[in-house]
Amino acid sequence: MSDSTPLLELRGINKSFGVAHVLHDVDLAIYPGQVTALVGDNGAGKSTLVKALAGIYPIDTGEYVFDGKPVNVHGPKDAGALGIEVVYQDLALCENLDIVENMFLGREKKNGIVLDETTMESKAREALTSLSVRTVKSVRQSVASLSGGQRQTVAIAKSVLWNSRIVLLDEPTAALGVAQTRQVLDLVRRLADSGVGVLLISHNLTDVFEVADRITALYLGRVAADVATKDVTSRQVVELITTGHSSDLDGAAAPSTTA
Amino acid sequence: MTDIITESEEAGFASDLTQSTTFGESVQAYISRVRGGEMGALPSVLGLVVLFIVFNFANDRFLSNLNLANLLTQSGSIIILAMALVPVLLLGEIDLSAGYAGGVAACVMGVLMVEHDQTWVVAVAAALLTGAAIGLVIGLLVSKLGVPSFVVTLAFFLGLQGVSLKLIGEGGSVRINQEVISGIANNNMGVAAGWIAALVIILGFAALRLIQHRRKVSLSLQHQPLAVVVGQIIAVAAVLVVVTYVLNQNRSVNPNFPIKGIPYVLPFVVVLLIFWSFMLGRTTWGRHVYAVGGNAEAARRAGINVDRIRISVFMICSSMAALSGIVAASYGGKVSTSSGGGNVLLYAVGAAVIGGTSLFGGKGKASDAVIGGLVIATIANGLGLLAQASYINFLVTGGVLLLAASVDAISRRRRSATGLG
Repeated sequence: MSDSTPLLELRGINKSFGVAHVLHDVDLAIYPGQVTALVGDNGAGKSTLVKALAGIYPIDTGEYVFDGKPVNVHGPKDAGALGIEVVYQDLALCENLDIVENMFLGREKKNGIVLDETTMESKAREALTSLSVRTVKSVRQSVASLSGGQRQTVAIAKSVLWNSRIVLLDEPTAALGVAQTRQVLDLVRRLADSGVGVLLISHNLTDVFEVADRITALYLGRVAADVATKDVTSRQVVELITTGHSSDLDGAAAPSTTA
Repeated sequence: MTDIITESEEAGFASDLTQSTTFGESVQAYISRVRGGEMGALPSVLGLVVLFIVFNFANDRFLSNLNLANLLTQSGSIIILAMALVPVLLLGEIDLSAGYAGGVAACVMGVLMVEHDQTWVVAVAAALLTGAAIGLVIGLLVSKLGVPSFVVTLAFFLGLQGVSLKLIGEGGSVRINQEVISGIANNNMGVAAGWIAALVIILGFAALRLIQHRRKVSLSLQHQPLAVVVGQIIAVAAVLVVVTYVLNQNRSVNPNFPIKGIPYVLPFVVVLLIFWSFMLGRTTWGRHVYAVGGNAEAARRAGINVDRIRISVFMICSSMAALSGIVAASYGGKVSTSSGGGNVLLYAVGAAVIGGTSLFGGKGKASDAVIGGLVIATIANGLGLLAQASYINFLVTGGVLLLAASVDAISRRRRSATGLG
């Protein structure tokens, strides 16, 4: 694996919504060139953690360290400026816009005050060409006409387009068929192999074991374990998710930092 | 660009189509889009043709030069108000107060000119500012407080009637006889000037489309076949030549006082159409309006300031409504407490929807307002010529609005069924 220092590190994150204390002293590390899987049951705090990472929720206490330097992230724009791209479960695409328009949404290229459609179209095509998608007729097709897998690919391709350093994927395969899941998982692996730090949020342990290098398990807002995928079995991860500890996992409480 | 694919893998996007190869294929593609519910301006253009045929048979004066010029002048304020509503409708919002916002703005203009002896420039500027201020308050209430736009603008619909009563007094009216203002709807361009203006627009449009087409071809971006581009240019040119020709004929019933030339309101509408088409189609602001209308949450996550977009469309709506109010005052020769009332707003909403702008947001163009406005004005004009009781006018216009909204809803359902956007 390429690097032993994390690209992004969260230390001792706490987050409450009123009286509900959702995240308790959560530590999370994302390494360049690796896929880190974030697993946990419903309500374990996965989504809250992702939204804190993306700058949508401000964190109450804790440190946000990017590239070894503590940074303040106050909004999605700050996270974007650091090179953090989030691919949401509900994809956050505008169906009435076409693929190019969606990929550049909020970051349009301009010539003076006029939109620079030529540059945007060629760049979008370039980014999409580097990914394998079949059956898409045109980059000027509206997103409404795309299948779930194609939409997922467009959303992920956005992060390639912006040369992101970290990509957060929220349940990317949840709504996909077998062949499409295959394509997206391949894509996730290639994304990591190109040096990007990937955080994969997933319920599907088959997917996790297939592509993830490390697994971080959340249980009721606390980190139950942070382990290398090769050191654990599927059964142990299920135990971590459902009970917060695994009896036969040696030193589960002490996260190892090497993969 | 990070290269994250191995050469052996198939890259589907590498071979995507950049042209719908032939004219025939693009016609076929258009037909299948229409079948899938992507009808655009088609129903309204067909409707316009049908209305012209029906009214021509019902009354032989309908297609007279005088009546056609009247029809276009009447449509001016409806079209401008419909254009005002398009950005608001694109967000899936509504502005019920736009009619009275225009009325109040026109009152401000009239009172300043007549009672305070201000120049028309000052008066028009004050009217536009009035519109912008009304829109700002509506926008703030909708975006910051989260009150539904239907309720906020219904409140303004009532409140603004009170404001215009206060401004010009119970049952009163202010005569507009200032040369420039009343000239908008009542004076005509010279015949030569009219032809030159038409020619400039045709050549400009043709040059723009052809240059755009050549650049897309040379960069191998997606483009329409040349035949379609040429067809569009010919269609625009034909419409402009016919309209200019008809309006440049003498239309006076009195042979001693010939009236000919294009009414100034027409170039005014054309300039607004070009401006708003540019703003909506070619600028970041326009793109963001469509994005917020399509999926506000996605727009927010993309870093778009959704509140600012909301406020901007309501400000534009009320300011454009002020322009519409000024044109209506010019046409009527006066401003009264009922300016902008009655069926003015519903005509405008109807015009935008008939033109193809969706009430569900995310779909629509400035040009929809023009075609839809012409349909509405044609109905009002044609029924007026037939000297029908006014209840029939209301019934027919209401029916047309209902029909247009139903077409919108059905085509939206078909679109989602066929997966078109």
